[in-house]
Amino acid sequence: MSFSLQSKVPPVDRVGVEERAATFTRRSIKNEAKLTGLRLTVAMMDLTTLEGADSRGKIASLCRKARQPMAPRYDCPPCAAVCVYPNQVARAVAGLEGSGIPVASVATGFPSGQYPVGLRLEDVRFALGEGASEIDMVISRGAFLEGDLERVGDEIAAVKDACGDVHLKVIFETGELRTYDNVRLASQLAIEAGADFIKTSTGKVAPAATLPVTLVMVEAVRDHFHATGKRVGVKPAGGIRTAKQALQYLAMVKETAGDDWLTPDLFRFGASSLLGDVERQIAKAIDGNYQSADYFSKA
Amino acid sequence: MSLNFGEAFAYAPAPETTPVAVRKRYGLFIDGEFVAPREGKYFWSVNPATGKRLARIAKGSAADVDAAVKSARRAYEKTWAPMAPAERGKYLFRIARLIQEKARELAILESMDGGKPIKESRDVDLPLVAAHFFHYAGWADKLGYAFPGRTAAPVGVAGQVIPWNFPLLMAAWKIAPALACGNTVVLKPAETTSVTALHLAAVFREAGLPEGVVNIVTGPGKTGAALVRHDGVDKVAFTGSTAVGREIARETAGSGKRLTLELGGKAANIVFDDAPMEQAVEGVVNGIYFNQGHVCCAGSRLLLQESIHDEFVARLERRIETLRVGDPLDKNTDVGAINSKEQLARIADLVQSGIDEGADLHQPDRPLPEAGFWCRPSFFTGVTPSHRIAREEIFGPVLSVMTFRTPDEAVERANNTCYGLSAGVWTDKGSKAFHIADRLEAGVVWANTFNKFDPASPFGGYKESGFGREGGLQGLMPYVSLRGGG
Repeated sequence: MSFSLQSKVPPVDRVGVEERAATFTRRSIKNEAKLTGLRLTVAMMDLTTLEGADSRGKIASLCRKARQPMAPRYDCPPCAAVCVYPNQVARAVAGLEGSGIPVASVATGFPSGQYPVGLRLEDVRFALGEGASEIDMVISRGAFLEGDLERVGDEIAAVKDACGDVHLKVIFETGELRTYDNVRLASQLAIEAGADFIKTSTGKVAPAATLPVTLVMVEAVRDHFHATGKRVGVKPAGGIRTAKQALQYLAMVKETAGDDWLTPDLFRFGASSLLGDVERQIAKAIDGNYQSADYFSKA
Repeated sequence: MSLNFGEAFAYAPAPETTPVAVRKRYGLFIDGEFVAPREGKYFWSVNPATGKRLARIAKGSAADVDAAVKSARRAYEKTWAPMAPAERGKYLFRIARLIQEKARELAILESMDGGKPIKESRDVDLPLVAAHFFHYAGWADKLGYAFPGRTAAPVGVAGQVIPWNFPLLMAAWKIAPALACGNTVVLKPAETTSVTALHLAAVFREAGLPEGVVNIVTGPGKTGAALVRHDGVDKVAFTGSTAVGREIARETAGSGKRLTLELGGKAANIVFDDAPMEQAVEGVVNGIYFNQGHVCCAGSRLLLQESIHDEFVARLERRIETLRVGDPLDKNTDVGAINSKEQLARIADLVQSGIDEGADLHQPDRPLPEAGFWCRPSFFTGVTPSHRIAREEIFGPVLSVMTFRTPDEAVERANNTCYGLSAGVWTDKGSKAFHIADRLEAGVVWANTFNKFDPASPFGGYKESGFGREGGLQGLMPYVSLRGGG
């Protein structure tokens, strides 16, 4: 196969997109809207641990946390998924048994993608074999930046092929792509090559997700919807640590792609420390006062 | 296939809650004191978002204007002009800092009296008001650098008449450079928006500005006419409609008074097919719906390259669905209330003319608040240059969309207007942006942005948009008499 891009890629103006993104940080999200947004944030969260030192206990505790992030009286939904390295997939699957929560596995030589394509595909097959029901792949940034879009597109298509019905998220590592024009191009490339989700970052490179980068990606999936009627999801990952930030992302999604994207099927947060702050804010909204962080269990 | 901008994650009301003290009645500010008008008459200022009366404002008569001009003359001769320039600068710095301290309160008053959304009065108007005072405070003792080799003397008493669209900001644009150069001022705010000018007067008092340096006489057009006509005025500065500007030009001709006019506009926003599309949509929205389109430099004519017309119009149509029209004091409001009943009637008349002349009206299908004065953010397609809506300034949230094929045609259409205040160019190609900008007859040309203001940047018009510049070094010119050198 040999991939070529079908759609026209519009230029992105840096000043304009950053200005537009900043308007969402000035939305005032209060009362019922805030609580709705906080619960939605939890429901959209891929609770993540991607460390070399990830232990059996860490995975178990993450799974427990994803099933029931808060005490029942807070009416907090479970998380969208648990995201781990391939080696931890089987443990996570066991930890989530019966919950219906999917296990997402990073793959394709995460986080750098600097491996031969055969090994990267083998990585995907291994994760699937362990029971992963979502795959978070990384693109070959080197090939992309060299201008070899065909190779990037072919690799995504090959991974999608290996995934079959399993949901594929394509990570760009926008911190390495550097420009909004590249983000827009990568978005259209991944969408056309078969991505179910496009994802900003691995969390291993700074800057990770930013509001303007994610805005460019949401605009790309929205435009794809208008052109084809097909809906692709977006996942900002890394760097989103506060409930306030999460609500700004939700405002951006709501005003850019509309209500249909306000669902875990089409928008996710990749985060490891965000949940703690969201829990505190939910407790504050319901109990009326802030609690010490000591009252909330860490995953 | 359409997107659904519904009620999921609907924003709860987020009213601005800082308390403000609106006085029941506002007097005139003459000779450093708030005084009752000599004829004892007042009129109501109305909150346009509710239609309810907000406060009574003094109706200044010719006698009040006379007292104000005399006070300004005394202050000019005895205190302000003789004062060391660095000392004048100190007062201006103090005023700027006090405005920053009271920014929240002033922003709320501005939104209550004028109908503009709080996010604009808070994030645009007030920061710029303070910035203008800071900017000109810095110039006060550096006029020698502005005009090397020449001596810059003040002109005298400035009579300044300002409009209702940016009440405080226009006051700042007028007052700050005048004072920095050593002039004194009599200011006449617009009839529908006097409240914040009088709170600004309170700031002047708190800053210890010597009495008479700034006087504020409120009232209708007649009060402004008395000011413009007054023999004791050396310089007239006016921002407002071209019709009134013409009258003022006639009135002051041969009187020896200096005159600057900042009048209407019908700016073209030109979007090429290689433009950053999404940002261009935002820029067009900001260009016409900012401050309900009550902006003299509003981008009220959209010129689209014909190959992108359909796509751009579709994007614009979707975008205006998400604009939040309503309570100006809600922090999530994007488009506020039309400033007055009269202005709403003018807008409605022009919208009707667009419909009657066969253009297609596009508006979001959303209810408007019942009380007060409102207009949906709107645009017309199928507009030709001979439509009234393509020629006359609407001064409301109504955009006229036209097409062009070549860059030359874009320039020709953009310049085919009696106005020339501003223009916008949207293209990803820098060389094209400069080439087009050079040929546009407009005082300000924005490239890949719109409605950006900075106190260091001069602002003013070509043709019937007026003459004279406000802002920056050029903004000093109307307020100085240059001697020597040159």
